[in-house]
Amino acid sequence: MSPAIAAILIQDGVVNGAIYGLLALCLVLVFAVTRIVLIPQGEFVAFGALAYASFAEGQVPALLAVLAVLSLAAFFLGLCTEPAGNERALAMSTLAVPAVSIIACLVLTPLRLGPAMDAVLAVAAVAPMAPLLYRIAFQPLADASALVLLIAAVGVHLALTGIGLLAFGAEGMRGPAFMSGGVRLGGLDVSFQQLWVVATALVVMAALAVFFATTLAGRALRATAINRIGARLVGIETAAAGRVAFTMAGLIGAASGVLLSPLTTVYYDSGFLIGLKGFVAAIFGGMAVYPLAVAAAFGVGLVESFAAFWASPFKEAIVFATIIPVLIWLSLSAGDAVEEEG
Amino acid sequence: MRGMRSVATGLLSALLLAGAARAQDKPIHIGVIASMTGPAAALGIPQRNSIALLPRELAGHKIDWIILDDATDATRAVADARKLIDEDNIDALVGSSATPASLAMIDVAAEKHLPMIYMAASAALISPMDAQKRWVFKTPQNDSLMADAIAAHMAASGVKTMAYIGFNDAYGDGWLAQMQRAATAAGIRLVDAERYARADTSVTGQILKIIAASPDAVLVGASGTPAALPQKTLKERGYGGRIYQTHGVAVKDFIRVGGKDVEGTVLPAGPVLVAAQLSDANPIKKVATDYVTRYEAMYGPGSVAAFGAHAYDAALLLTAAIPVALEHAQPGTPEFRAALRDALESLHAIVLTHGIATMSPDDHNGFDKRARVMVTIQDGAWKLIEE
Repeated sequence: MSPAIAAILIQDGVVNGAIYGLLALCLVLVFAVTRIVLIPQGEFVAFGALAYASFAEGQVPALLAVLAVLSLAAFFLGLCTEPAGNERALAMSTLAVPAVSIIACLVLTPLRLGPAMDAVLAVAAVAPMAPLLYRIAFQPLADASALVLLIAAVGVHLALTGIGLLAFGAEGMRGPAFMSGGVRLGGLDVSFQQLWVVATALVVMAALAVFFATTLAGRALRATAINRIGARLVGIETAAAGRVAFTMAGLIGAASGVLLSPLTTVYYDSGFLIGLKGFVAAIFGGMAVYPLAVAAAFGVGLVESFAAFWASPFKEAIVFATIIPVLIWLSLSAGDAVEEEG
Repeated sequence: MRGMRSVATGLLSALLLAGAARAQDKPIHIGVIASMTGPAAALGIPQRNSIALLPRELAGHKIDWIILDDATDATRAVADARKLIDEDNIDALVGSSATPASLAMIDVAAEKHLPMIYMAASAALISPMDAQKRWVFKTPQNDSLMADAIAAHMAASGVKTMAYIGFNDAYGDGWLAQMQRAATAAGIRLVDAERYARADTSVTGQILKIIAASPDAVLVGASGTPAALPQKTLKERGYGGRIYQTHGVAVKDFIRVGGKDVEGTVLPAGPVLVAAQLSDANPIKKVATDYVTRYEAMYGPGSVAAFGAHAYDAALLLTAAIPVALEHAQPGTPEFRAALRDALESLHAIVLTHGIATMSPDDHNGFDKRARVMVTIQDGAWKLIEE
């Protein structure tokens, strides 16, 4: 292998690793706060990418209808389960945001305002689904065991895959690049889109670090992650923490999808495999340590890229096999990721 | 009193007549299993759509099409097949869309003595012929027919070395094996074979390796829009040789996703893909344009996909065989199913949208060279290459 080829493979691995890193962050965040292994995370990525590609073609995706249905379902479920007197807050959180998104998408799409607006609309159409899904599928189970939550997550994943097929069709879509062209960095052609991916990933990661370290909401999330009962005792509403975690997962997932869309063709069911690679990285971080998960995500991207060059038939097997030593190590040093509330 | 009796007699005879008429018009049940969801949904959906174009009545018998989805899952396909046989008492089965699910259904068809027509492509489904496979037929062209056409086109264009990148599944395996055989026969050397998965977001590694081997041409052994990714990456990395695709990409979405990077691609395909460009002397033209017109009238302009035509062809075969079978037995009986199988096997020169089929006890596909044309992509549309 010549150095030039190695450099291109590294570049490819870093770009994919950045996407996996964003997903790994969401998975760790959601798991820490809610104990849910967020298998549907990949669907947010696929939907974000497909919605971006649809808006870029001037089409309003049928996904908006799904958002409307979820929004109404969450509202009526809330009316039945939440104490009286909360209706205003409930309507604000379940109806207002999706309504604004839907109206914005319907009004702005025909105007064809360019990739930046398409990207914003795609995130606006997809991200609100995450907290609604939390209210409908997970909040009623918040105190169930991690296994029940995992099964619920699998159920949501399967349902979303089916919805994706209905909303976007079986064939894939590829969105336009935010900026065409690229630059030459040290003998290596780097497209602007690739720079966008890596830069956005780094900015989001830095923003998350600041959010958790300095803001009250970030600290509340961390407190919930460390000890749910303790957090509740000091007045943190754990259901709200779960919704915040899901909202962030939805936002980051949809944004990753938008970033990915110009680089490859995305299908309604592409999300699962992408999410699974983010999950491998999250496992490296013991589902708890953010920097480790991000580093592992770049590692997964690089392993994938080099495995594709050397032994393409075994690429996925090689990527997923890297998880085995980590699992052995984690189970030998038990105590890190062991569930305390069972 | 007399009046009453005559009315009663009249009613009775009317009832008897009606009963006799119903016995003669016993409906024919045909099961269809398509992969409408899952990885093969791009094949299964146009196939399901094509069923709506099919006749509801034939030779005085109502035809009842019962469609089930197998989610591109072999286990589900077998369960669906058993359900159709046990609960709906079907007389023939059409399906499934992808090779693995179809392969799994052979046992069921043979066990229940049910004629079955696949919409999946692999030649392994119908050959070598044995006691089980005598119950099954296939409408898509064999991969070997298509691979020979590619090899012939390569040899004619002066290609000496080629590389292959294909799906990491049965489709990719089958094509690699067929292409190796056809290329060797045509004196073309295969210098590199790479694999990728349908859901992969990048094939840069594989493409770099192919470019390092500097082949004259590259064949992409993939189906649907995922086949665009290797081709786009080849262009991105500045590959200048000719790129071939398989008939798996014969859908409009491939051109939509591939854009200008797929201009000039060469692929073998069923004649239905370029129905309007066929010469008027070609008997396939009429059948194929008829299908395209009716499909687009129902689902919108440009909506037709070559995959859907496999379902339509299966129905054309059944339409030709059912009247023959009806001379021997009534629908819903084991005798009718056996007669239908025999009738299918003796079909001769039936013009379909994808070719002209002449079945024999050894060949349950029945296509010859008329079932494939070489096509290129020009200005975002399929263009027939005259031979």
